[in-house]
Parts: sequence; C-alpha cells; structure tokens
Amino acid sequence: MIGRKILSIVAIMGLGMAIGFTNNASIANADEAEKRAKDPRNKNYMVGDKNSGYVYMTSQTRDMQDDDFENPGFPWVDQGEEIWNKKMGSAGKACASCHGAASKSMKGVANTFPRYDAKTKKMIAIQAFLNRHITDDMGGKKMKWESDGMMGLVMYVKLQSRGTPVKSIINDQNRATLAPFLAKGKKFFEQRRGLLDLSCKHCHEDYAGSLARSNVLSMAMPNGFPTYRLKWQKPGTIHRRFSGCNKNVRAKPYKRGSEEYTNLEFYLMQRSVGLKWETPAVRN
Amino acid sequence: MARKPRVKLPKSVKKGQVVQIKTLIPHKMETGQRKNKKGGKIPRFIINKVEATFNGKPVVTADLHPAISANPYFAFHARIEESGTFKFIWTDDKGGKVTTSKKVTAN
Repeated sequence: MIGRKILSIVAIMGLGMAIGFTNNASIANADEAEKRAKDPRNKNYMVGDKNSGYVYMTSQTRDMQDDDFENPGFPWVDQGEEIWNKKMGSAGKACASCHGAASKSMKGVANTFPRYDAKTKKMIAIQAFLNRHITDDMGGKKMKWESDGMMGLVMYVKLQSRGTPVKSIINDQNRATLAPFLAKGKKFFEQRRGLLDLSCKHCHEDYAGSLARSNVLSMAMPNGFPTYRLKWQKPGTIHRRFSGCNKNVRAKPYKRGSEEYTNLEFYLMQRSVGLKWETPAVRN
Repeated sequence: MARKPRVKLPKSVKKGQVVQIKTLIPHKMETGQRKNKKGGKIPRFIINKVEATFNGKPVVTADLHPAISANPYFAFHARIEESGTFKFIWTDDKGGKVTTSKKVTAN
C-alpha cells in the first residue's frame, strides 16, 4: 500500500517536471514565440551563443526599454543624477565635486564591479563600495541597498556604460587573486539547492528559452541590472533577483551584499562578456 | 522619489501639425485604502489634477482618482497652429503644485 502511494507520488512529480519544462514550439502561443525569435532588434542583443534577457521579453516590454521616455526606470535615474550633484556629508562634497560629469568619468565603470577589495580581501559589489565611499571619504550617511536613492545612483552610474560591451576585469596580473572568487561563483551557479533541488544552471543554461510555468527562462545575463521589473513595479538590484530565484526553488536566500551573492554576480559578469550594457533594462 | 516631471514633445513642428505629447510625473499615488503596520490608515495622497495649457489657453484638464497607478503617465494629441509655450501643471492632495513648460516653434 505504502509502496504504491510513494510510486504514484513519484509519477506525479515526474509529470510535474515534464510540464515544467515544455519547449517553446509546443505552446499554443507559438505566434508570440515566433515574433520574438524573428524580431530584427534581436541582433543587437545576441553575441555568439549568448542572448541578453531582452531576447526573451515580449515585444511590448522591448518597446518600453527602447524608448527612454517610456522606460519606467528613468525616474530613478533622474533621482540618481540629483544625488550625484548634491553635496552630502561632513566633507561638504558631492560625487560631482571630485568625479565631474558622470558622462565622462563613469563611462565603462560598470565593467569594474564587482571588484576585488584589498581591505577585506573579498569581492565588493557596487552598492557596498558606494556606501563605504560615502561614509568613509565623504562623511555621509549610508544608504540602504534597495533604497530609491541607492538604486538611482547605481543606475545613473551604470547608464553611462550603456551600449558598450561588457568587458572582463580579469587580466594576467590579477588572475591569481580573482580565480578563487570566480570558482566560488561558478560553484554556486552549478550547485543544487532548495526543496526543488535545482541549480541556477539547470534553468538558465540547460533550458534557457524554454518555459518554466508561463515564464520564458533567460540565460541569466546581468548586463541590464539594476533592472526595472514589471512584477516588482520598481527597479531592483541583481541581489534581489538572486534572492527571489532562491526562494522560487524553496531555498533560504542569502542577504543582499553577502559574499555568496557577490561572488555569483562576479561569475555572471564574466559569463556575459561581449553583450552590451542595457541598464536600465525593462524585464517582466 | 524626486519630483522631476518628464515631458516629451517635438521642439519644432509644421503649422497645423498634430503631435503626440507624453507626460510622466514620479509620484507614489497613495490610495488611502492601505493600512500601515499598526493597522492605522495611510492617508490618501495622490495627484488629483493634471492640466496642460498652450499660451495660456487650456488644452487638456484631467481629474485623477485613487485608481490611477503610481507615476501617472499621460499622452495626448494636440494640433499646433502657432509658436508658443506648453505649460503643464500637476496638483496633489496637499495643494502642492509641480509645473514645467516647454517651448514649441511652428513654421
């Protein structure tokens, strides 16, 4: 009796997995899938075998991203620009006092994060770096990781690299220092976790382009972050996305800015080398 | 959120041309239906009026109600016969006003 029960549970689970990963072609909504695949805009967002998340979005979502006015992330960018020019902290300086116009000084800076921090001997994400820079060097107040101000500032800085390809920061001098963090990130990416026993790789590498329930799985490229996500109705950092993904596979998420997530972000950056920066991207 | 509105409209048009004007203002649009952690009401705080004038003459006026989502976005069409200034005014529940203006030349 018990044996039969277990068997039927296993059968149901097997069925669930089969439904979970149906291929694009087999869905009733083939027109939409075809539209996405044949969209001429795709060619700017594909490099070699790498696809940006843009390729997996509906045409309406793409329209939103293409027009800076309709892109709902831009109010945050405006706010970031304000913060950039505002004097804050006891040193009486704004970002602009030292760095000048962001359009010049911050071009390509998005490529350099997460970077190696010699002080803590760990990788450091842009949000953590900015907070330390603001508190230590400017005498200002820390901003919360996911706050509108921090998000705006990060988006404003990363916006300056938009349209340029993602570059790797690894070179011959720092290869030895960075290799362990890259390996840790890769391990995180390939490690099974949570009740569903899935790794990032299973969905985002092996089944990219297929459906998980009604969502098209992307290749997990971080070149558009912080992304305006329609589900959230606001922009979010990649660490928020990680924690959401971890919850979806019924795993306990790590904190934003944790070592694990920063290493993972670093690994994903290396994976997306060659794609163009899209911050602020719009995703569903 | 910053209160910097965004307006998109062409700088120069042909006389009599119909153009689309897009406006967006960042605002949280608190409906007044939500409750805070202690169970108390969060008071309503929305943009309740959007106005657009051209050379002092009204073009569009809209009353907004709590069902409008955050960061209200409005697009409308207008025929432009002469050069002038578009002025946009957003009024919120506390009487605060945000205005911005854009110049258009018609030739």
